[in-house]
Amino acid sequence: MAIRKNKQSEQPDRNIKSSASSNKKSNRRILGMIYVFAFLFFGMIGYMVYFIGFQAEGLMGNPYNARMDVFNDRYVRGSILSADGQILARTDVDADGKETRVYPYGTLFAHAIGYSTKGKTGLESAANFYLMKSNQNPLFQVYNELTETKSQGDNVVSTLNLGLQQVAAKALGDRNGAVIAMEPSTGRILAMVSNPTYDPNTVVEDWSALTAESNTGGNLVNRATQGLYPPGSTFKIVMALEYMREHPGDWQNFQFDCDGEYVDPENEKYVVHCFDGEVHGTETLETAFANSCNSAFAKIGTEINKTKLRELAEALMFNQDLPIAISSSKSRFNVDSSSDTWTMMQSAIGQGTTMMSPLHNLLITAAIANGGVLKEPVMLDRVESVDGKTIQTFGDGAEQKLMSAEEASTIGGFMRKVVTVGTASKLRTDAYAAAGKTGSAEYTEGGKTKTDAWFTGFAPYDHPEIAVCVVVEDGETGGRTAAPIARAVFDYWLTERS
Amino acid sequence: MITIFTTASKYICLLLIVLYTYCNFRYLSIPDQEDANALCGWQFRMILLIHFLCNVILYLKTGETLTVLFYLLQLAFFIAFVFLSRAVYRNVNRLLLNNTCLFICYGLIMLERLSVNKAEKQFAIIVISAAVSMVIPYLIDKIWDMVGWRYIFAAIGIALLGMVFVIGATSYGAKMSISIGGFSFQASELVKITFVLCTAGMLSKAESFRDIVITSLIAGAHMLILVMCRDLGSALIFFLAYLVMLYVATGQKLYLFFGNVAACGAGVLSYFLFSHVRTRVFAWLDPWADIDNKGYQITQSLFAIGTGGFAGLGLYQGMPNKIPIVEKDFIISAISEEMGGLTAICLTLICLGCFMQMMIIATYMQSGFYKYVSVGLAIEYIVQVFLTIGGAVKFIPSTGVTLPFVSYGGSSLVSSFIVFAIIQALYIIQGNEDEAETEINEMAEDEAERELYGEADEPSEEYLDENYDANAVFDDIPEEYEDPEPDQGRGSRRRRRR
Repeated sequence: MAIRKNKQSEQPDRNIKSSASSNKKSNRRILGMIYVFAFLFFGMIGYMVYFIGFQAEGLMGNPYNARMDVFNDRYVRGSILSADGQILARTDVDADGKETRVYPYGTLFAHAIGYSTKGKTGLESAANFYLMKSNQNPLFQVYNELTETKSQGDNVVSTLNLGLQQVAAKALGDRNGAVIAMEPSTGRILAMVSNPTYDPNTVVEDWSALTAESNTGGNLVNRATQGLYPPGSTFKIVMALEYMREHPGDWQNFQFDCDGEYVDPENEKYVVHCFDGEVHGTETLETAFANSCNSAFAKIGTEINKTKLRELAEALMFNQDLPIAISSSKSRFNVDSSSDTWTMMQSAIGQGTTMMSPLHNLLITAAIANGGVLKEPVMLDRVESVDGKTIQTFGDGAEQKLMSAEEASTIGGFMRKVVTVGTASKLRTDAYAAAGKTGSAEYTEGGKTKTDAWFTGFAPYDHPEIAVCVVVEDGETGGRTAAPIARAVFDYWLTERS
Repeated sequence: MITIFTTASKYICLLLIVLYTYCNFRYLSIPDQEDANALCGWQFRMILLIHFLCNVILYLKTGETLTVLFYLLQLAFFIAFVFLSRAVYRNVNRLLLNNTCLFICYGLIMLERLSVNKAEKQFAIIVISAAVSMVIPYLIDKIWDMVGWRYIFAAIGIALLGMVFVIGATSYGAKMSISIGGFSFQASELVKITFVLCTAGMLSKAESFRDIVITSLIAGAHMLILVMCRDLGSALIFFLAYLVMLYVATGQKLYLFFGNVAACGAGVLSYFLFSHVRTRVFAWLDPWADIDNKGYQITQSLFAIGTGGFAGLGLYQGMPNKIPIVEKDFIISAISEEMGGLTAICLTLICLGCFMQMMIIATYMQSGFYKYVSVGLAIEYIVQVFLTIGGAVKFIPSTGVTLPFVSYGGSSLVSSFIVFAIIQALYIIQGNEDEAETEINEMAEDEAERELYGEADEPSEEYLDENYDANAVFDDIPEEYEDPEPDQGRGSRRRRRR
């Protein structure tokens, strides 16, 4: 900065020389301080520009931001479209200017798209910022602002596929549970179904019934992302991976003789049975995985390094927020160095206190299908202005390496075996090669033992195009109840879709 | 029609504040005092225009005639403040004067929008503080012996802070205010000033290392009490002011280095000692993780700033009241939300401009004491600005300090007025001394030229008050009061460089 020349330089210097020079020196220090603080401030202002210009967009859709309602007066909320161009949510304006949010497919997309009339959920919440913004010429917008005309908000194209969603919903039928499918190589969520459901068109009218205490169904909960279930045998994916990591050179030599149950040698009260007491005979790690042999994995559970298992689980996103734009629950994994033998035997087969969401299981499966690299799930494809101009494309999900390519390929091979020789026989077909893992997690409700049926898998085995996770509450077994639903999804996506 | 006006005004105000900010920095690089003063004249007109436009919006939105009355009072105050200051002290720094008005203008507009009641209280305090602060330059000139008061200042400071520690009221985890007869005031705001005066006095008298140690002990006592009151924001402000003063006085970079190391150490220590520090650091690192509770205030602030964007939502169009204690610590977020991020950035830059001007004034000072005083006050000012704005935009953890002149709060206002008045006093005193000196030298030729210039061209209004009297050394104030129009002519001839 140019500083108007100090006046002492132009006035007769009455000061003795030494004091003048010390004055000059301290002035130089003062100028130095100006630079220090100017630098700090420019850093801060740079941050403000960055925040307002770039970072804010992603945060504004947050449901806690009540300010977005301000835009209700300025924009007509944009539409949400499926990847294949069908309108999933739109706003109709009648002659009096009254606006109605319409969901043409009713209950079908209730959880994925959500609602925007009673708070905001699902994509209505995640894409709120884009829907309530209009990308017209800025001058035109100022003009609209001046004339108090509402601008038409931008449309958001999601990654959801109408056909697949319909197939998944039909396959699940009226059983409670969730189906969620994604493209492993990109992270695009293709379908997301949760039962029981509700009609977003009438959610305001139905609100008191939906939230009444007598309603225990939890219709509003998106089971695909927020539902937490004991993972059952699908957790053997994590156990197998941990075993391989602890025995890098010799896991292939693993051998176990299954006689239908595993009794802890130190305490014979600790017994884990194979499903239906089935006797699997001599098994390797691969066949134990394919047979979903509880006894073998319970034994692995007692031998494994608890601290390392906890670390692996957390690296695989247990106890972490899942990287998705809509609300999701954290999966829970409580094993630590203090866990006792019984806890380890239970946890190894996905029982006990471990809880997992279908989305989480899907993400691990997708990472296995994609060479160990998770493409984080995306539900938004692009934003279009009302005249069809593309404003912003979101691209694929961010990458996260969950395991090495070698590990992914080995576990993927195990999962293929589950279909070819193991518990997922319902998926055997010549049309494509599927891979996956079944799970039948037992829980007690009202004194009765019930089973949550799981299937998580991908297909085709060589070049995975789709990963899917199914959970059905109070089902028979994963192989019998969940696998056929996955089959329907795979069939549609890989063979029937034109 | 109303919308057209409010929207147009919004953009005009943005343009004006950008222009104003430009002038603010342009001022620093104009070599000619008259041109610089002309620029200040324009700046003042811009303030009045912004003030007018915003008040029209306030009136249109509220429809209260009281708004008009309040506007007229404020207008009268601005004009009286600026013109009286210039009439009483010819050599007053007009840039600082303008900036004071601008901050008050934005503060009052925002407060009136948030709560008329608070704006009225604020205005009353402004008028009183402004009146009191007018006397300060005169007082400082008369009690030349402020250096001799250094121990008294130290005693006052420590006693006041001690009182806070003993009988202070706790708010947001820190003891900050004492209430006397229903009036509560924040002692640290006033001690800030006595602290600088005391330290500057000690440093200007310091002859040996022993004196430096004594100075440091007194400063340390101040900070220790502040830390015990858990008012860490103030402690940091005091500390940095002390450190920079010490550095400017001694030129020892080592002090700066060890000071910063000590500050970092103290920061880490306070993180472990004080729970409210941990809360704030947590809220800074990831406010989204606990958006309901710890992160609530900062996320609301970020929503406000982000939703407002660069242009702002317009007065009464946002929801600044959603931010807890918005009128104090987060006033900049409210301004950013409704009057635009651009305005917030400009205000930040103007604060930086004030600081630069104060530091430059410090370089003009011949006496070490005055130099240290202005450096100390300048650093306190800029650190406070940095803490409050940086906290609101999540650049740094929030510390709960106010933005001088803009935030609501009596103690902060009074103290800001005194700080600016002291800086003005130093500027005026030095200016008058320079005049006296140059007068002595140029008396002879002045006498000869007086008639020629004085009557030939009438100087324009703009620099009328800037002219100075040959005989007016500061001691002659009373005389000058009676004759506010000194002889004209010289101002246009000789360019005073300040």
